[in-house]
Amino acid sequence: MLIIKDLHAEIDGKEILKGINLELNAGEVHAIMGPNGSGKSTLAAVLSGRELVKVTKGKVLYKGNNLLEMSPEKRAHAGIFLGFQYPIEIPGVSMINFMKTAINEQRKAKGLEPINPSDFLKLMREKKALVDMDSSLTSRSVNEGFSGGEKKRNEIFQMAMLEPDLAILDETDSGLDIDALRTVANGVNKLKTSENASIVITHYQRLLDYIIPDRVHVLYKGKIVKSSGKELALELEEKGYDWIKKENDK
Amino acid sequence: MQKEQDKILNDITQGDYKYGFYSDIEMETIPKGLNEDIVRMISKKKNEPDFMLEYRLKAFRHWQSMKMPDWAHLKIPEIDYQDIIYYAAPKNKPVLDSLDDVDPEVKETFDKLGISLDEQKRLTGVAVDAVIDSVSVKTTFKETLAELGIIFCSFTDAVQEHPDLVKKYMGSVVPYSDNFFATLNSAVFSDGSFCYIPRGVRCPMELSTYFRINAANTGQFERTLIIADEGSYVSYLEGCTAPQRDENQLHAAIVEIVAMENAEVKYSTVQNWYPGNKNGVGGIYNFVTKRGICKGDNSKISWTQVETGSAITWKYPSCILKGNNSVGEFYSVAVTNNHQQADTGTKMIHIGKNTKSLIISKGISAGKSDNSYRGLVKVLKNAENARNFSQCDSLLLGDRCGAHTFPHIEADNPGAIVEHEATTSKIGEDQIFYCNQRGISTEDAIALIVNGYAREVLNKLPMEFAVEAQKLLQISLEGSVG
Ligand SMILES: Nc1ncnc2c1ncn2[C@@H]1O[C@H](COP(=O)(O)OP(=O)(O)OP(=O)(O)O)[C@@H](O)[C@H]1O
Ligand SMILES: [Mg+2]
Repeated sequence: MLIIKDLHAEIDGKEILKGINLELNAGEVHAIMGPNGSGKSTLAAVLSGRELVKVTKGKVLYKGNNLLEMSPEKRAHAGIFLGFQYPIEIPGVSMINFMKTAINEQRKAKGLEPINPSDFLKLMREKKALVDMDSSLTSRSVNEGFSGGEKKRNEIFQMAMLEPDLAILDETDSGLDIDALRTVANGVNKLKTSENASIVITHYQRLLDYIIPDRVHVLYKGKIVKSSGKELALELEEKGYDWIKKENDK
Repeated sequence: MQKEQDKILNDITQGDYKYGFYSDIEMETIPKGLNEDIVRMISKKKNEPDFMLEYRLKAFRHWQSMKMPDWAHLKIPEIDYQDIIYYAAPKNKPVLDSLDDVDPEVKETFDKLGISLDEQKRLTGVAVDAVIDSVSVKTTFKETLAELGIIFCSFTDAVQEHPDLVKKYMGSVVPYSDNFFATLNSAVFSDGSFCYIPRGVRCPMELSTYFRINAANTGQFERTLIIADEGSYVSYLEGCTAPQRDENQLHAAIVEIVAMENAEVKYSTVQNWYPGNKNGVGGIYNFVTKRGICKGDNSKISWTQVETGSAITWKYPSCILKGNNSVGEFYSVAVTNNHQQADTGTKMIHIGKNTKSLIISKGISAGKSDNSYRGLVKVLKNAENARNFSQCDSLLLGDRCGAHTFPHIEADNPGAIVEHEATTSKIGEDQIFYCNQRGISTEDAIALIVNGYAREVLNKLPMEFAVEAQKLLQISLEGSVG
């Protein structure tokens, strides 16, 4: 589904990603961990097409296509979803309107008619229930005045609405209370099929108790320095990043 | 980054003006220029009673002693008032009895604009007075409305058929000496709409005037007079377009509203005069005086405007809150793009006790345009308990445009509560990216955000107009985002 080869990227002339290699197949969940500032969000930004980050070297293939050539909206139409670490507020634009526009744009890209209003409302209800989202949130402006946890839950709600093929969740677990974490993880698991895949960026092993990853990667200073099975997360939780840092900084 | 953003902004705001066509209608015009003879000629053409001619001449003489105002935040090129034709009318001036009498070209013009003059074809309850250049060509639903005692006709007809009402109210809200452009209008105005809602009548349909400038080198000077008698209600719509031309054309109109005790008037405008091209060539100079008086107790006047057109807009729809407990409202969305300039806002004059006013102004600037809000809230000494709330927001698209706010407050009553809030925001690159990531193109994202931003005002428009206005916002900003 996704192949990243020797990916280098910079922000404002400063190299942040320094040769990332990663392969992800349909049906898989990969976790990416790593200390603050190691480049996890930057990698998510590259995959979703943020202009701010400039790719200087390397290749990314998504479903066999050159991902880096596609505009952010084309990537979204092709099934890529990013759960933002810091979801953006859009005052004046209601969640309903935002979601309807997003769904219809994606349908349009697939040559489908706009969704009919009653189907849309039904879908909203269903997905809200799935992630246990407060009903009133969807009639408010996008993320405006949402609490930290509500914003994160809203990201998962949008993911449920859009049913992506590749979901990249950037620290969706941080800011969630224990119950919320469980519901959100549950939601993610329910949406999982053999056709789609996810990249879960997290600092906590806790989330991986609920979402079982096939692979765990450690990103450090712009490189993947360790990849292993889910037991790596436990090891990191126990020992912290020091041993990784020591190994790599010498 | 910023550059890239500007490029997108730019692309999106470069939409074309879709009403720029010119109709080949046979016109009757008078010679260029302005002097007493011209004023007399206009009056004579309209076969006006003496009081009208006197009014015009009084205005003209006063105008000669006046100077064009220069306090607005606008760069107005010199206007040669002798180089303008002050009267132009379709030659086959229809007898207004039947639609068949309307020149087919005129009919087609309005069809193209999406305004059907054919009553049978109209689905929604909107009565239209269509004004092309200097004259009203057709007023629909006149008879239906007459059954309720509602008078809705061209200003010219009103002068002939209801001279007493015209004499009594014309100039009672905007006196002939009010300001340079209003005085000019009072001297040379050619037509416009007249509306009288009798006591206790709720007008069952939207009344609307549709203004179209067609002829070249002409100015358009129309006036609208709306009188809502005790306990009556009317919702009034005004729309405007003009052909695309390289020269600037002057539009100096007057709207006067009188609301008696317990009466309510809603006046909505979607102003879409030709804004000039991308390089700032051509476009309408829109210098308009709109004012309403809440004359009786518990009366209400509400202005809603969506301003997307004109090269230069100079316009301050105002309310004089004379009656006790009267209410004035002003809802405005003003969009400027390319080289457009707008200096618009409102005046709320609190005279009566317990008077309330609300001002919601949303400015949107793109391209190299300049957008200013100018407001005056004045509370007179005896206006006990007066309240005002003003919210003035500016949204900037790109970084070559300007937004300015000039709120003036004069409160002479110590009990007055006057609140003013203002914000300036930009559409953030992160907001656009967030939309992009959900599959929404940058262009659609901007439309979504702009419409969200203007929603509070758009919601005040009558249904069918709100949809129109939403589309219009989108078109006006096509080619502009970052
Ligand atoms: N817009 C930006 N401008 C300048 N530097 C940036 C920008 N965004 C990220 N960086 C830098 O890039 C580096 C990687 O940041 P990134 O957000 O990818 O880290 P992260 O691994 O997601 O960290 P965290 O765990 O704290 O979320 C950091 O040094 C950060 O300061
Ligand atoms: Mg991060």
